[in-house]
Amino acid sequence: MAAQNKDTILDINELKVNFYTYEGVVKAIDDIGFDLSAGDTLGIVGETGCGKSVTVLSVLGLILPPGKIESGDIVYRWRGEEKNLAHQSGEFLRTIRGNEISMIFQEAGNALNPVLSVEKQVSESFLLHRQGELCEEVLEKISRSMEGKRGVRRLVLRCQRKTYNRKLRKARTNSLKYGRYGRLLKNEATKRTVSLLGNLGIANPSEVIHRYPHELSGGMQQRVVISMALACNPSILIADEPTSNLDVTIQAQILSLIEELKEKYRSSILFITHDLGVVSEVSDKVIVLYAGTLVEYAHVRELFKHPLHPYTEALLNSVPMLGKEGRLESIKGNVPNLVNPPSGCRFHPRCPHAMKICTEKKPPQYEVRSHEGGEHLVACFLYRNEKQQR
Amino acid sequence: MNFIKKRRIVIDFEQHPRLKEFQFSFHKILKNPLSLTGLALIFVFFMIAVFAPIIAQPQYEHEPFRIPHEGYSVIPSPPGPGHPFGTTTKQYDIFYGVIWGTRTAFRIGFMVVGSILIIGVIIGSISGYFGGIVDEVLMRIVDIFMSLPLFILAMALVTALGRSLDNIMKSLIIVGWPIYARTIRSSILTLREEDFVKAAKALGAGTLKIIFKHVLPNAIYPVLILASLDIGAMVLTAAALSFLGLGAQEGYADWGQMVSLARNYIVGPQGQPFLYWYVVTIPGLFILFFVLGCNLLGDALRDIFDRKLRRK
Amino acid sequence: MSEILSIRNLKTYYPIRGGVIKTTKNYVRAVDDISLTLRRGECLGLVGESGCGKTTFGKTILQLENASGGSIYLNRDAKNEDFTDITKYRGKRFRELRKKMQIVFQDPTTSLNPRMLVKNIIGEALTIHKIASGRERIDRVARLLESVGLSSDHMMRYPHEFSGGQRQRIAIARALSTDPDFVILDEPTSALDVSVQAQILNLLIDLKHEFNLTYLFITHHLLVVEHISDRIAVMYLGKIVEIADTKHMFESPVHPYTIALLSAIPFPDPDLRRERIILSGDVPDPIDPPAGCRFHPRCWFANDLCKEEEPRLEEVGKNHFVACHRKEKVIEHYGIQIT
Repeated sequence: MAAQNKDTILDINELKVNFYTYEGVVKAIDDIGFDLSAGDTLGIVGETGCGKSVTVLSVLGLILPPGKIESGDIVYRWRGEEKNLAHQSGEFLRTIRGNEISMIFQEAGNALNPVLSVEKQVSESFLLHRQGELCEEVLEKISRSMEGKRGVRRLVLRCQRKTYNRKLRKARTNSLKYGRYGRLLKNEATKRTVSLLGNLGIANPSEVIHRYPHELSGGMQQRVVISMALACNPSILIADEPTSNLDVTIQAQILSLIEELKEKYRSSILFITHDLGVVSEVSDKVIVLYAGTLVEYAHVRELFKHPLHPYTEALLNSVPMLGKEGRLESIKGNVPNLVNPPSGCRFHPRCPHAMKICTEKKPPQYEVRSHEGGEHLVACFLYRNEKQQR
Repeated sequence: MNFIKKRRIVIDFEQHPRLKEFQFSFHKILKNPLSLTGLALIFVFFMIAVFAPIIAQPQYEHEPFRIPHEGYSVIPSPPGPGHPFGTTTKQYDIFYGVIWGTRTAFRIGFMVVGSILIIGVIIGSISGYFGGIVDEVLMRIVDIFMSLPLFILAMALVTALGRSLDNIMKSLIIVGWPIYARTIRSSILTLREEDFVKAAKALGAGTLKIIFKHVLPNAIYPVLILASLDIGAMVLTAAALSFLGLGAQEGYADWGQMVSLARNYIVGPQGQPFLYWYVVTIPGLFILFFVLGCNLLGDALRDIFDRKLRRK
Repeated sequence: MSEILSIRNLKTYYPIRGGVIKTTKNYVRAVDDISLTLRRGECLGLVGESGCGKTTFGKTILQLENASGGSIYLNRDAKNEDFTDITKYRGKRFRELRKKMQIVFQDPTTSLNPRMLVKNIIGEALTIHKIASGRERIDRVARLLESVGLSSDHMMRYPHEFSGGQRQRIAIARALSTDPDFVILDEPTSALDVSVQAQILNLLIDLKHEFNLTYLFITHHLLVVEHISDRIAVMYLGKIVEIADTKHMFESPVHPYTIALLSAIPFPDPDLRRERIILSGDVPDPIDPPAGCRFHPRCWFANDLCKEEEPRLEEVGKNHFVACHRKEKVIEHYGIQIT
């Protein structure tokens, strides 16, 4: 996309992901590239099989065999540093996950461990990534409670202080191993958990933390998952269809919550959904994916008012809208098989405007003049007279 | 395929889909080296069983399962001319015994498993589909049968009815069916709530039709896999019971029986412990490879039929 | 006869058993006293969130769940006024009636028997009710496949060889095989992609006209139901809280729950920003519903009467019924124009 401005927090270039299966090589992602600017919500729209989940999973390095990131760069920029996540080791990625880049999934119930209480699961985030802070808090507390105490009590506290000073060294680099946390650290983490859950609109958080996931409703479960994701104040939040399984009224609650939190924590959000209504509500900018390729990118108002790619147009026309009479337009044909995707532009077999060149070459992204402001890119040969981008 | 159908609706030379599916399954077996081994082993044993009369000519016309023996010497003799695998105690020919023992093994395996399959499926299906009080009562019966100890039961039956292979098989059947009832019941409990069963009900299908056409064909697979693994297990258990002396009469061509005969010669005299290796090893190997073949094939079947793994 | 189905005080309760000897402790009141009439040829949308009982309601009509009370009167013949209470029919007697009412389920993957050929899936009813056999059966199956947009050579395949949208078409063809008057559509497009959803909705509308069908369209997706239904009924915790013609429901909703529901819909139009009413709390459990009006704990108009007495459906406009004690206040507060 446009020249990197210093606001860009995530820059994905020419990403290619393949899955090696029994039936052949599934070319799931074919050369996708986009940016995420700091503080923005980027909506990722597409239907089943278009590659939205695979794209964001590759950001976090969560693509498991038989999947493999073939090529491409995922550049993460934070605090002046730049790191290509596609080339990092598992260990490094582990320090990023849950800490600087978090993810929430579609089925909140599935993201929660059914045998662990809410307290254990949420405080895990703190205990993994914020060990230094927690340790210092604990030490401060001990020092404060030491004042005014004499004799045996003072002795006990001094021992505790010594123990935690020792832990502090390791905690500074988040290398305290599981099992060595100690009761006071865990209590500190629990305290933070309670206040976090309270901020997320959960009533009686100190009571809720002792519950198990199956004792919570769908909306509550999703809130717990969100709190786990936000515990460490990540710079990027990836939300993979977080409200698709929720009732409309609960969805409204969760969406407004995400809005609030975005303001508060100033995170950037990658919001995946297939629901065009939701995407128009939450996003600042939108990218449309089809069969593993990026077909259009624009600011949200621009995209909905002036969709240019035939697929985007057709998608918007197939959604029932209030007041829209008559038949819904549907797209003829089916989503292609990605083992043998169509040549050239992957949408050409279903496109009403397909030309000969569409079957031969893959369209690059063309920059188009936008009416509502912001960049507008289309990967379609219909616009080949415009300036070419990538 | 109905010839009339071919004329009305043009199906061309496309094969019947069931055949296609079968071919797909078969190819999967052939591709996996382990399952191919299993298939090969069972095939070899099958051939041995079929051609037993030719491979090892029966000495007694009407009792092919009686192992011929020359003499009554207790000490086994090693493999040699006339006795390719040697002889065991009382001079029973090992070669003859293991060849005809293959037939016995198949008989035990398939008859026992066949019976427990039928009994278990019937009881489990009724229990699972109808639920309620029927389910409760049947499951308590299953509990009772499950708590019967196999060895004691076998001993009791042998004491009461006499020592024979049939009595072992009866004990195995009595003790073996409950697990099948339980397995199929649990499959049916899940399937009962599936949408396509409800759809069939909505279309007007009767209870029996639903059970046989919709529920069972989908529920049967875990049970079939259990059965294929059990064939080997039954043979093994029957051999153990025979070894203890509860099984076939002395001289009957049965692998377990042969090991039983070799009881006193498993370890040879001082300084020559493996002198009589052939009395135990040869029937033992036959048992081992048979059971191995059954297990590998059972594993392969499971991989084929589990829908999730099927198209991996 | 313009009415095809008349439902009176229908109840479906599930007993909750507990303890060693499994005594009945309590009931899940999934469908709690619902009365409704369906007119021939209309599409009635039934909306509500999870746990409201709409799916149970649909299944109870078809006796896929057992009714615990009430009656369902079916008009079997359009030409006369013969209404029969089908809750009194069981087993074999009911089987005849099943031909007239069919259902399409939500998930096309689980609603088709994976081990049956498409030909037999669709043709099953033809065999059961002895409508056709042999060559004629195959003919009919072929025609049904074509009427849902598939080709007749699809019949010799298994369900897993088809996409989601195609499987749903097969399910629709199966429902049509008995030549029903009335089809219950239980979230037929919820498991499908957006573009496929459009195809299936168009198909359903076409089939309704072609075969003169009556639909009960159960869904939680308000924009979809707006597109296809003539009338809409809103359910909450086993009760109908509002029922009106589609246009009126969307233009002038009266029940606070309906208002909150409609305001929560995300519209695919960035210019449309309305004031959104965020309901507090979660959708409650149908096991122990609140006393009085079931919605009162979450309702911002609730008063003491609402906590004690259950409101009944009362007319507020043409064909527009609302069950709310405070409806006058709501109408006044929002300046709702009732026609």
